[in-house]
Amino acid sequence: MTDDAKRSGLSRRSFLRSGAAGALSGGLAAGLLTGDAAGAAAATDAESPDTVGPGPVEIELEVNGATRRLAVEPRVTLLDGLRDRLDVTGPKRVCDRGTCGACTVLEDGRPIYACSRLMIESAGRSITTVEGLGSPDAMHDVQQAFVENDAQQCGYCTPGFVVATAALLARHPAPSEREIEAGLGGNLCRCGTYKGIRAVVEGAGGGGVSGG
Amino acid sequence: MRPFGYAAPATVDQAVGLLEAEGSEALAGGTDLLSLLKDDVERVDRLVALRGVPGLSGLELDGGMLRVGAMTTLQELRDHDGAIAALPALAVAIDGVASPQLRAMGTVGGDLLQRPRCWYYRRGFGLLALAADGRSMVADGDNRYHAIFPEGEARFVNPSSLAPLLVALGAEAVIHGPAGERRLPVEALYRAPQAAGERENTLAPGELLVGVEANVEGSRSAVYEVRQRRALDWPLMAAAVSLAGSGPRTERARIVLGHAGPVPHVATAAGDVLSGQELTPETVAAAADATVEGARPMSGNRYKVQLARTAVRRALARAAGMEF
Repeated sequence: MTDDAKRSGLSRRSFLRSGAAGALSGGLAAGLLTGDAAGAAAATDAESPDTVGPGPVEIELEVNGATRRLAVEPRVTLLDGLRDRLDVTGPKRVCDRGTCGACTVLEDGRPIYACSRLMIESAGRSITTVEGLGSPDAMHDVQQAFVENDAQQCGYCTPGFVVATAALLARHPAPSEREIEAGLGGNLCRCGTYKGIRAVVEGAGGGGVSGG
Repeated sequence: MRPFGYAAPATVDQAVGLLEAEGSEALAGGTDLLSLLKDDVERVDRLVALRGVPGLSGLELDGGMLRVGAMTTLQELRDHDGAIAALPALAVAIDGVASPQLRAMGTVGGDLLQRPRCWYYRRGFGLLALAADGRSMVADGDNRYHAIFPEGEARFVNPSSLAPLLVALGAEAVIHGPAGERRLPVEALYRAPQAAGERENTLAPGELLVGVEANVEGSRSAVYEVRQRRALDWPLMAAAVSLAGSGPRTERARIVLGHAGPVPHVATAAGDVLSGQELTPETVAAAADATVEGARPMSGNRYKVQLARTAVRRALARAAGMEF
């Protein structure tokens, strides 16, 4: 299996099918999901997909490098699934409406609001939370820089800001002021630690922090 | 969220088949729909996930024709150097969605068909927000962000970031449904509902917006948004303009307001003001005044009339490369 096929959700659909019908249909699923002409042609002849749920559906996804398999109802958000089912509590539930950024995680490297993604939609994909960037003993450069620049007060927004900052620096290793504002515009801090956070990011240009 | 089923079609035809059933809704980026479900403003029996459907995402620039799949994320569109070079106004419209997370999740189709932000609708009072005695809660209440061009009792505003520009360009929406494909001008995607339960778009059950097509050559276009804050919010007012014509005179101008009415507001008379004219501070001001002719602001949103005038002036200046 190519990485791309894996990423695009082969395992996701296979497991959705196995959950619903009790049978894997790997070859068909591979064709459906690669998006190539052969796959599209095969798909046209396929039956309409099963509707799964509203009860639990078995899915598989990668969280911070480890493959996790669990059964979730379709209505469970990625955020609630991570926190309540997988005990990954770095992403925080604050507004739960895609407005504050405290739940920010990386999905296949892209920053998303975990509160606004159904966990079933992340099946077959790779999720990185603040825990996956580094640990207290081996902090990611961004985490280290947050400590050094005193870029947190109550700390509730911090995990989301750390992940969003890592995503920003991955795209723009030495961001301009405008790129910093645009890159972190999806996160709010009610304590007002923006000055410290800006210092974290501006440190990137001078060495120190990198998007890693 | 209330429980619901979930189906992941592998083709557009399968998606259409699933969406024909009552209680089924299409799930694109989810940033709007999940909030509506959490707040119990909308209810679904089944979500039809479009994320894995091949052919719904991606874009191509062929000659001057830009084709964008409905599931293309706003960030993917923003990162397409060719599209942005051909249509710089697109960058302004997308950057107005001022959150990387929303740009990474949100899709072109989802932006066009997101539900209104009207706080009465979002609190469960319906799109028309009529009280038991038939009076408008909007007209009687806090309408500071509402329409200055209401249509009947529809007093919410169309919230799309891309629609004003696409309408100004004369873009087409491509729709697949049980009867096959149909195309319509992007402005015809929208309507002002007049009865409880009516929607603000013209898609029939089972119909799916699969993409948009716009001719991005032969005109100069611009977007100007007036905002209360730079991050994480919808603009108070937006203007998009498209100017056709070679040399100093404008042959044809299209001026469209966003956040002004329940549908993108096409200011036909304002466009006519500029027809055959050179863009000067005087003609630009005349077009801006014509844009807001007939505006019917309510108790708390008179300021939006001036915002509309200013947005049009600045969008025209931007398109023409003038100072403002």
